[in-house]
Order: sequence, then C-alpha cells, then structure tokens
Amino acid sequence: MATTVAEARPAHGGAGRPANKPVPKHGRATPYLFLVPYLVLFLGFIAIPAIYGIWISLHDYDYLLPNQPWNGLANYTQLFTSTGRDAADFWHSMEATGIFTLCSVPFLVTLPLGVALIINRKFPGRTFFRAAFFAPYVLGVAVVGLLFRFLLSPRGGVVNGYLNDIGIHSNPPWITQLPWAWISLVAMTVWWTLGFNAIIYLAGLQDISPELYEAADIDGAGSWQKFRNVTLPGLRPVLLFVLTLTILASANMFGQAFLVTNGAPANQTRTAIMEIANVGLKQYRQGAAAAMSYILAIVLILISLVNFRLFRTNQDT
Amino acid sequence: MSTVADRPTDVTSSISGPAPSGGTGASRSVRRVLFWLTLLVLTVIFVAPLLWMVVTSFKNPSAAITSNAYSWIPNPFTGTSYKTLVTNGSFPVFRWFLNSLLAGLGNTILILIVDSMAAYALARLDFPGKKFIFGTIVGTIFIPSFVFLIPNFLIVSQLGWLDSLWAIIVPSAGGAFGVFFLRQFFSTLPRELEEAAVIDGANQWTVFTRVVIPLARPALATLAVLSFLTNWNDFLWPIYVLFTAPNLTLPAGLQNLQSAATTNYPLIMAGAVVASVPVLILFIIAQRQVIESVARSGLKG
Repeated sequence: MATTVAEARPAHGGAGRPANKPVPKHGRATPYLFLVPYLVLFLGFIAIPAIYGIWISLHDYDYLLPNQPWNGLANYTQLFTSTGRDAADFWHSMEATGIFTLCSVPFLVTLPLGVALIINRKFPGRTFFRAAFFAPYVLGVAVVGLLFRFLLSPRGGVVNGYLNDIGIHSNPPWITQLPWAWISLVAMTVWWTLGFNAIIYLAGLQDISPELYEAADIDGAGSWQKFRNVTLPGLRPVLLFVLTLTILASANMFGQAFLVTNGAPANQTRTAIMEIANVGLKQYRQGAAAAMSYILAIVLILISLVNFRLFRTNQDT
Repeated sequence: MSTVADRPTDVTSSISGPAPSGGTGASRSVRRVLFWLTLLVLTVIFVAPLLWMVVTSFKNPSAAITSNAYSWIPNPFTGTSYKTLVTNGSFPVFRWFLNSLLAGLGNTILILIVDSMAAYALARLDFPGKKFIFGTIVGTIFIPSFVFLIPNFLIVSQLGWLDSLWAIIVPSAGGAFGVFFLRQFFSTLPRELEEAAVIDGANQWTVFTRVVIPLARPALATLAVLSFLTNWNDFLWPIYVLFTAPNLTLPAGLQNLQSAATTNYPLIMAGAVVASVPVLILFIIAQRQVIESVARSGLKG
C-alpha cells in the first residue's frame, strides 16, 4: 500500500535517464507547500481536537463558569459510582444504544444480503431497481425522521390507517411506547440504510468467481448448498466489513431517536450520542460529555477488535 | 456449462448464482412470477414512502387529517404549503435551502482543493516525514466522529464561528477520507505524462494542475458528490452550532419546522421535499459514481 516514490521509480523510469534520480525534480519545500492547506485543517479540526478532548475531560469544564478547574479523573470516576451525577443517565443511554444495536444489526446484515442476491441476477431493469433500493440512503436523517414520524403518527399516520383498513384497530403507539418505539426505530433504519449494505454485498457477490458455481453445478449442488458452500465463504471478508460497519453505525444512532421518539418513553430510547450532546452542548458541561465520548469510543473499539478476532478464529476451524 | 453472460435474461437460476436450468416449464414460470413479485414488493416498500411525502405536500392542510388523509391523490391539489414556506418568516425554508447549498458547495470546493494538493504530495513527491504524516492522517479515519463533537464545538466557538456557516463549511474539510481516497487514485495514474511535462520544463504546480488534475477528474467528481451529500445531510453538528432561524441549514431547520407546525403534515412534508429534491437529482445524475464508491469500500475491507 505504502509504495514510496523511490521504490516505484525503477519500474517507471524512462530509458534515457539515470534510474535512481528522483524525477520529476522539486525543491525541498515544495511537498510541504502542497500539504500545508490540508494540514492546517487536519491539525485544527482532527488532530488537536482528539487531544484537546482528553484535556477537557480532565477538567471541571463548564462553558458557563468563569474558569475550568482541573479535576483529574473525576469526570470518569463519577460515571462508575452509583451516586455520580451522570452515572445513571449515561449507562441508561448506553443500554438504549446496546438494545438498538442488538435489534438492528441482525436485520441490517441479513436483509441487504437477500436484496443483493436478488439484484445480482441478470434481468431487465436491474440498474433501475438497484437505484430505487439505494435511493433512501441519499436522503438525510432529518428527512427520513420527519417522514417516519408522519407515517407512524397515531393521528393521520398512514401506517395505522392501513392497519385499520385491514381490520386491526388497536392503533399501535409506534413512537410513544415500548416495544413499538424500538420496532419503529429499527424499521426506519433498515428502510434508510438497507441499500448501502446491499451495494457492498453486491460488489462482493460479483467478485466470486463464476467457475466456483460451475464446479458446484458439476457436483450436482442445489441452490442452498451453493449458497452455503460457495457464496457465504466467498463473502466472508465482505460480511466482516459490513458487520463491523453496521455495529458502529447503529452504536452512533442519533437522528432517528432525536426526531422520531425524542427519547420517549421516559428517556428509554435516548441513545448515548443523544446523552453526550445533551450534557455537552445543551447543559454546557463539556468535561463530563467528553469523558463519556471517550468511554463510548473505547467500548466501540473493543467490540470491533472482538469482531475481527471471532471472524479470524472461525476461518481457522 | 453456461455462464452468467450466456443467459442474460434467465431469472430462474438459483438465488446464489447461475444454476442448471431445471424443472418443468410450469415451475419455471411460477418462479419467474415469484421473482418479479418480490421485486415489486421491494420497490413499493422503498418508493412508496417517498411518493407519500410528495403527495402529502400537495394536500390541503385541513383536509389532510380528515377525509383526504389516506388518499393517494391530493384533493384538492394545492401548492398552499409551498407558498407558506416562502412567505412565513418563522420558518424560512428557502433561506435554509440557500444556506445548505452555499455550505455544501463551499465545503466541497474546499475539500477538493486541499485534499487533492495533499494527496498529490503524498502520492508523488518524496520528502522526509512522509510516511509519518500519511500514517497519522489515515489513522484518524478509525476515530469515531462523536469524539470530535465536544472539542470542535469549543474550537469553533473560540474562532467566533458559532451560528455562522463557517462552522458547517470548514471543520469537516479536515477529515482524512478524501486525502486517502485521492492518494490511492493518484498512485494508479501512469507517470509517463508527468515525466514528459517535467522534461518540457514544467514545475510541480504545473504538473499538478495541468496533468494530474485533468486525469483525476472521475475521482474528483466522486469525491465531490460524496462530500456534498454528506454536508447537505449532516444533522448532529448543525443543530448544535447554528441557533438563529435565518442561519440554519435545511436539516437543522426542518427540525424547527416539525416542532412549529406539529400536525400540519402537508407543510412539514413540503419542507422535506425541498430538502430531498436536490440530493435525489444529484443521485440520479451521479448514480454510478455514488454506487461504485460504496461498492468499492467493501472490497477493501
């Protein structure tokens, strides 16, 4: 991946030039001049904030106070003490995030694979259907949130309207009560992002050599056997990628819950990001919020690592 | 044995790939019907909510929650909601539209300029510290974005950018994705043209602007579309750094519209349509770039 200019040179060097002379020539400062505009932005809004956040989390950082005294690890330890100011709310929101992730990931990993298998066939209008299934993904969460709040609303919502038409008059409280609120949040997320995962699977499917399927045909394998023994093993790296990406995306859930349920009922659908944003950017207690964001980040990194390990050991057996 | 290419219209093959065409004629046509039925159901699931949004936006606000609520044809068909969006000062949707457009274009242009310059240096020039700089930039791709939320809020506040479009245009241009993406693309370009330009006396800047950038047009177009879509749809950041009505972008404004209009769904849906149409048009135009860039992301993983 990181082929340096010097390594690549001999292969490309023209016949008339000394092989190891760096061509094209440039002054010592030139590369840095090319880099400076980006590096200013990178340092200012990525590198420095990543470190600055740690510094904030070690202070009693309150935007509204005249000064922000150092308080060591107190922002972290309060989250692990039952009497800590934010402990209950924070772990509640982590639990909500966990529930959403556990409920959404199985659908977001399997349903797109089914759709990808369908679009992977050759049929007229394939490009149109592929685009139609992907279209919701290009809309922002704000549009999707408003739309589903409307579709699922108890008054004038078309979902309950159709349910009434087919004789179900219970008018499920889609956005105000559990478990309906979770069902709604998972369903809208599947509708919104299914196309994204399906496209990744589709590329993976097209990467599997057709000869493998032909060999399976010669062996008399049925559809299910081919799926089990050719398609799934061929998709393994793509599956790992989709699984990891989807877990991270679900754990980052914010807009759906913010717009559709607004944490209801009783903050049970308030996710970790909602809690971090609320403490840091509404209550202006940045120290505590920064500490929470690092804890969430560490949890997510650990989950990703476990994920990779599980898949690797599976591969060995 | 037949291959996929040999049988372009065969829809009866197994779901996992090309299969020997088996079964009687009757079972084949049953399967064909089932296949198209599945496609139809899926299409309805994905397209109907979007159509419902458009249909509702043309309904009469008072009729929408009574007799006309579940009708797919607005009766009366009216543009009242769009007129309200233009005339009512408390939710200036078209102002938000312009803000979003300005922020999206500004952010995209900034990303294209700084990322392509940095990517060129990292792909083609040789200098001390290159590996370290590239490694550091790529390493930050793996940091979850919410980690930057609190510190960047304070940095933007120090810069005096709260409640201004600068907060939407500049910070996200520090992201590593574009540099990584373009650097990979530049590395695949043949060097011969650049070398020929240097022999003709061109300096690095000329090589970059006259040779590399024109060759990289497809990659730049893809990055532009992805950057614009991301910026246009961003929600978490704008709702906290923008406050006053005239300064909002569409996603932040739509949230206000929802709380202000409560059950006036035709009005809310009209706002959602205004926010959707530009990205849907962009998607229709640049469908291949968007879908291929998503597809490629998985093959590397």
